[in-house]
Amino acid sequence: MGYTIAEKILMRHSGRKSINPGEFIQADVDVALANDITAPLAISEFKKSGFAKVFNKNKIVLVPDHFAPAKDLKSANQCKVLADFAKEQGIKNYFEVGCMGIEHALLPEKGIVLPGDLVIGADSHTCTYGALGAYATGMGSTDLARAYIDGKCWLKVPASVKFIFKGKLKKWVSGKDLILYTIGKIGVDGALYKAMEFCGPVIRRLDMDGRFSMCNMAIEAGARAGLIEPDEKTRKYVSAFKRRPKFYRSDKDARYEEVYEWDISRLEPQVACPHLPSNVKPVSGLKGVRIDQAVIGSCTNGRISDLRIAAALLKGKKVAKGVKLIVFPATQKIYLQAVKEGLAEIFVKAGGIFSTPTCGPCLGGHMGILADGETAIATTNRNFLGRMGSPKSFVYLSNPAVAAASALTGRITHPEKIKK
Amino acid sequence: MIIKGRVHKFSDDINTDDIIAAKYLVSTDAGELGAHCMETIKPVFSKDVKPGDIIVAGNNFGCGSSREHAPLAIKGCGVAAVIAKSFAAIFFRNAINIGLPFLESDDADKIRHGDIVEIDLDTGLINNLTQGKQYHTQAFPSFLQQIVECGGLINYIKKHKKDRSQ
Repeated sequence: MGYTIAEKILMRHSGRKSINPGEFIQADVDVALANDITAPLAISEFKKSGFAKVFNKNKIVLVPDHFAPAKDLKSANQCKVLADFAKEQGIKNYFEVGCMGIEHALLPEKGIVLPGDLVIGADSHTCTYGALGAYATGMGSTDLARAYIDGKCWLKVPASVKFIFKGKLKKWVSGKDLILYTIGKIGVDGALYKAMEFCGPVIRRLDMDGRFSMCNMAIEAGARAGLIEPDEKTRKYVSAFKRRPKFYRSDKDARYEEVYEWDISRLEPQVACPHLPSNVKPVSGLKGVRIDQAVIGSCTNGRISDLRIAAALLKGKKVAKGVKLIVFPATQKIYLQAVKEGLAEIFVKAGGIFSTPTCGPCLGGHMGILADGETAIATTNRNFLGRMGSPKSFVYLSNPAVAAASALTGRITHPEKIKK
Repeated sequence: MIIKGRVHKFSDDINTDDIIAAKYLVSTDAGELGAHCMETIKPVFSKDVKPGDIIVAGNNFGCGSSREHAPLAIKGCGVAAVIAKSFAAIFFRNAINIGLPFLESDDADKIRHGDIVEIDLDTGLINNLTQGKQYHTQAFPSFLQQIVECGGLINYIKKHKKDRSQ
């Protein structure tokens, strides 16, 4: 009997010869990640436990990114907890402001996460790394504290669900649209406790940035993980890193609880309307939705190809009067690349701002909170009530092209409507 | 363990931003977090709730982020247990790991706001004293029960480490 990629990775990390969905396992983790919101709780639980030293300082990653650069005194104190713990324990994968980036863009970029790894992160979007063919899943702070003690985590083996994408993507349609479409079809609990596996010719043609965007939002369908089988693109992406990856493929006779197959040749850019990521409509179905803010960035869409797409639309133009355009690249490397390529200049000349990497605007933390009655189009991953600020504000989720086009017109707009 | 309390009813897909908004995540104190529990969707909740009360909700309770602050806020405002038709996976494990009692029940729909219910965590029985009805739920798998019995994940690990070294 065959196994899926997810099952193979979990088998290897739990030392088992067979595995079944629904079973509880204790597994060894390769990477244990936490940020400035979740690490302080993990560190205090670890300290209370009476253990003095972490199990392996090289497997622990600390990234102050949510309220960093510190937005206020309380946030500063939370960030400092991470810095102090890293120093005390000799943790080298601590990323201070200046080296820091949004965790889920930063870890793959640095080669900290590789194909075949088991990654746990006290952040729900840890599932992003499934794009590399790793089993990566979000957990809580206490899970992290436990991993600090013995390097393990408990897991219930998820059943796998396969999504096959056939056809050819139209212009302006991206990995973000595929995942929004998927969540729209199956709902915010459509893959509850499942591992989603994305495959088919469309996925094979998708670049790594697009794959990260897709896997990033697996959690928005309730999934424990979102995975893509590694291929030549994956190999190339990880080829420069020192640690050796392990490439897993799903067996032909692997068990899937469900298989979805969609031809997406006619798919147009998708928009998730307030207040759930599953409330998805094609962009042309939204007529005259006025926006006050356009947000381009985040762990979903803050990578260099996202910024290039947005800049190509914004070049030589001005955002609509009264629209606030906030662009935030995901890492320092992407930031510098955007500066070198002249993208930063395009955003600023268009009347936008170009921010340092931070999760700030996405979760209503800082750097662009929405006021009462305001509406934003955002390339982020959640549009829950009050997510980006006021409980009386509205968030629409889209790809970077739709967000940039909408910034220019002041209304949610299909990018094909923007003249060169 | 028996828990008895007044029911506060919530809908499907209650997310972690509803339970505790991100702006309050600058604290890890359960009491401080509890003061803002459900503030976005029900501003009066934290004032209305009494120690020992019970939250009853629909599907996918606790969806969204991994913030353990969500079950902490629920505990911090005095809620003794949560009953829902289903729980989001990360919330589920966070609740186990910090020892917030909860039950999954298809009958959650039948329970009304303000009902007085009694929960037996050992048997999984929900007794609706107001309506005079009983609902049976599945008790947790033994592995999860052991964590709860140890008083949370860290105590469970400490116990196991000790057992192995003896």
